[in-house]
Amino acid sequence: MNDRPATQESTPMVKAEAVHKRFGHLKVLKGVSLEVQRGEVVCLLGVSGSGKSTFLRCINHLEKIDAGRLWVDGNMVGYKQAGDRIYELRDHEVCARRAEIGMVFQRFNLFGHMTALGNVIEAPIHVRKIPREQALDTAHELLKRVGLAERMHSYPSQLSGGQQQRVAIARALAMQPKLMLFDEPTSALDPELVGEVLEVMQSLAQEGMTMVVVTHEMGFAREAADRVVMMDNGKIIEEGTPAAFFNHPREERTQQFLSKIL
Amino acid sequence: MTPEASSKPIKAIPVRHTGRWIAGTLVLLLSLAVLYSITTNPRFEWSIVGQYFFSMRVVHGLVLTLELTVISMAIGIVLGVVLAVMRLSPNPLVAGAAWFYIWFFRGTPILVQIIFWFNFTALYPVIGYGSWTLNANALITPFVAAILALGLNEAAYMTEIVRAGILSVDEGMTEAASALGMSRLLTMRRIVLPQAMRVIIPPTGNETISMLKTTSLVSVIAVTELLYSVQLIYSVNYRTIPLLLVACIWYLMVTTLLSIGQYYIERHFGRGASRSLPATPLQKVRRFLVRFSPGGVPSHE
Repeated sequence: MNDRPATQESTPMVKAEAVHKRFGHLKVLKGVSLEVQRGEVVCLLGVSGSGKSTFLRCINHLEKIDAGRLWVDGNMVGYKQAGDRIYELRDHEVCARRAEIGMVFQRFNLFGHMTALGNVIEAPIHVRKIPREQALDTAHELLKRVGLAERMHSYPSQLSGGQQQRVAIARALAMQPKLMLFDEPTSALDPELVGEVLEVMQSLAQEGMTMVVVTHEMGFAREAADRVVMMDNGKIIEEGTPAAFFNHPREERTQQFLSKIL
Repeated sequence: MTPEASSKPIKAIPVRHTGRWIAGTLVLLLSLAVLYSITTNPRFEWSIVGQYFFSMRVVHGLVLTLELTVISMAIGIVLGVVLAVMRLSPNPLVAGAAWFYIWFFRGTPILVQIIFWFNFTALYPVIGYGSWTLNANALITPFVAAILALGLNEAAYMTEIVRAGILSVDEGMTEAASALGMSRLLTMRRIVLPQAMRVIIPPTGNETISMLKTTSLVSVIAVTELLYSVQLIYSVNYRTIPLLLVACIWYLMVTTLLSIGQYYIERHFGRGASRSLPATPLQKVRRFLVRFSPGGVPSHE
């Protein structure tokens, strides 16, 4: 135990303390506190506008928080602390931190001018500086894993939504992230394509990947999540195991939400 | 399978487009009249056109025109990309400098700029500092003045074209690149600019064609490009019209070539933007011939 640095094992992967975020006059996050342990799968639920996507984007510093503290793997997000002073991170430091965190978007955001394979090898080659051959090997493996070995030379516009999202997951995994963030990964998909994406996510969860998932897929939350967190109006109002959360919701807002969505 | 009667191809009598036939006939008649006049009016002096078309001085002029076009466009594009990235910089001074550049070079006539650069040596006879100096007269020849004027002016227009291209790329691209740990410049170079190309190429093609013709303006500072070359010839032999025709035909031929080049470049950067690439004109012609040849199989459409 003692020969490991303090940032391993003992610290949670994500730790948020009273995180606040405003867009102009609109207060989107009003004090969110949450811990995500290593290997844990946490689903964020809530109506649109409740702040769950914003919170997710704060975790990899796509949004800057206004107040509170946020750590990933023991490091402050967007800042570093020396003594009692806090320094803003330089751009390249922010980039280095982000490279450790995978993110999957609602609208896939695949690079349209590159093939599926090109999308997956881009960041490993140009950010991680991995030799091309090695990046290609990893990419072939990952695309096979998400079931798209045959489509790797297709451009995003030639793929279905579900296929695009699976490429996007492979692209994030190619950076060997320690944490994966999913921002409504199935919301832009036709209903019959949702399953193939959830399947990939479920297998990731089983392999022990730490995941924070914003989703409206209650089936996935029930099956794959270790913990379910309900957000409303910029705050966490309830959290618990899927069994407890879905069968015996305590808060009235949660009950309303579940009755609408189930 | 459906019953045989309903699966038979439809053989209907086509609608008669009387209006189209009348309009078509009128256009054809007018074209013939113009063609007749051009070929029979002796004052066009087509023999003179033929005589001077490949003359040494005209061909030299043409080569110089092409050089001016290529070099000025290269300066315009490179500087335009730099200025466009500057304009989108979060640093207000950097963005402001780019804005000022565009304001100045787009706000003054190109002809004035050409004459200005030609007379630049009057403003700074010596260029350099301390013992590192150059005689401006030796440095800024009429050709260099022409390149400076055309290139710097073009950069202002290219900046706006590149900027529009960059802004046309979905913000999700930048976001996905950021999430992968790519820096701002790497994202610009690898992700945004290649996708902006689809929007940048068509107006850049127009700019190149426009530049080819704008180079004729530098005839005022005695650069012997295509127009000034024919002017020098007709100032001696007074065959003004046939020699202007020589220049016009050359300009038309080069712009036609440029248009064809533009088509293929657009096609290259359009990859990934649509499910299948559009057919090239050659492919279209081949398909057309196949369809109308006896025994040809109509393509599925």
